[in-house]
Amino acid sequence: MSADFTPFSALLGGALIGLAASVMLLGAGRVAGISGIFGGLLAPRAGDVAWRLAFVGGLLAAGVGAVLFAPSAFASDLVRPPLVLALAGVLVGYGTQLGNGCTSGHGVCGLSRLSPRSLASVVTFMLTGALAAVVTNHLLGGA
Amino acid sequence: MKNTLLSGLAGLLFGAGLLVAGMTRPDKVVAFLDVSGDWDPSLAFVMIGAIAVHFVAYRFVPKLGSPFLGGRFALPTRRDVDARLLLGAALFGIGWGIGGYCPGPALVSVVNGTSDALVFFGGLVAGMLAFNVTERAAAPAE
Repeated sequence: MSADFTPFSALLGGALIGLAASVMLLGAGRVAGISGIFGGLLAPRAGDVAWRLAFVGGLLAAGVGAVLFAPSAFASDLVRPPLVLALAGVLVGYGTQLGNGCTSGHGVCGLSRLSPRSLASVVTFMLTGALAAVVTNHLLGGA
Repeated sequence: MKNTLLSGLAGLLFGAGLLVAGMTRPDKVVAFLDVSGDWDPSLAFVMIGAIAVHFVAYRFVPKLGSPFLGGRFALPTRRDVDARLLLGAALFGIGWGIGGYCPGPALVSVVNGTSDALVFFGGLVAGMLAFNVTERAAAPAE
């Protein structure tokens, strides 16, 4: 197993994510699905923009805080060619819109709601995610 | 206004959680997904922590009847599993396994300004826009 095993910070971070999703749910009655919230800004509808901008602004503000005070939160030695990374981004963008959600909407929110759609989604993206990581790392040498 | 403030707070908390959890480190994400290598199971604990909290929150939805700030609960009601759902999830997983970013961490990491984060984010936006275009093309004329 990896020497980078960090179960406690992972649990704490996860609990914060769960708390954030619960604030959205019980406060505003909305699902905290990030691909849906952000995707809605790319096809904006009148009266449905401000809360999305605020949520994304909150995400970015957290990022700014980390840049200033905890830059190690972004530390990564993953090496992928830019074109491969761009293609990966396209797949994530297109796939989450086609499949109505990502790790937050289907993962955190959907599983907590016991949604069969979300369970099917999570099982699928975990399987293809693992397959893609294994193939890219070992068969393509990091592509 | 209250809804906007609350959404901003939720986004801030969500982003902090992603950062604390290690989700903004693509190498760690890929080490979690690559079960064949030097496996790092940490990120499974992110989902356990998040669901442990959020599952409890959902138990209060029927009791409350409406959200604290008024209005109605706008929650997904579909339960059918169709080809679009599975194909979308499959494509998302492939991109996630290659690049190590899912949408939340991709957004949080943009402000770090590394070329990797920016290139991935550019692809993410392009993919979402491409979806909007293909959907519009496939939709019957109004």
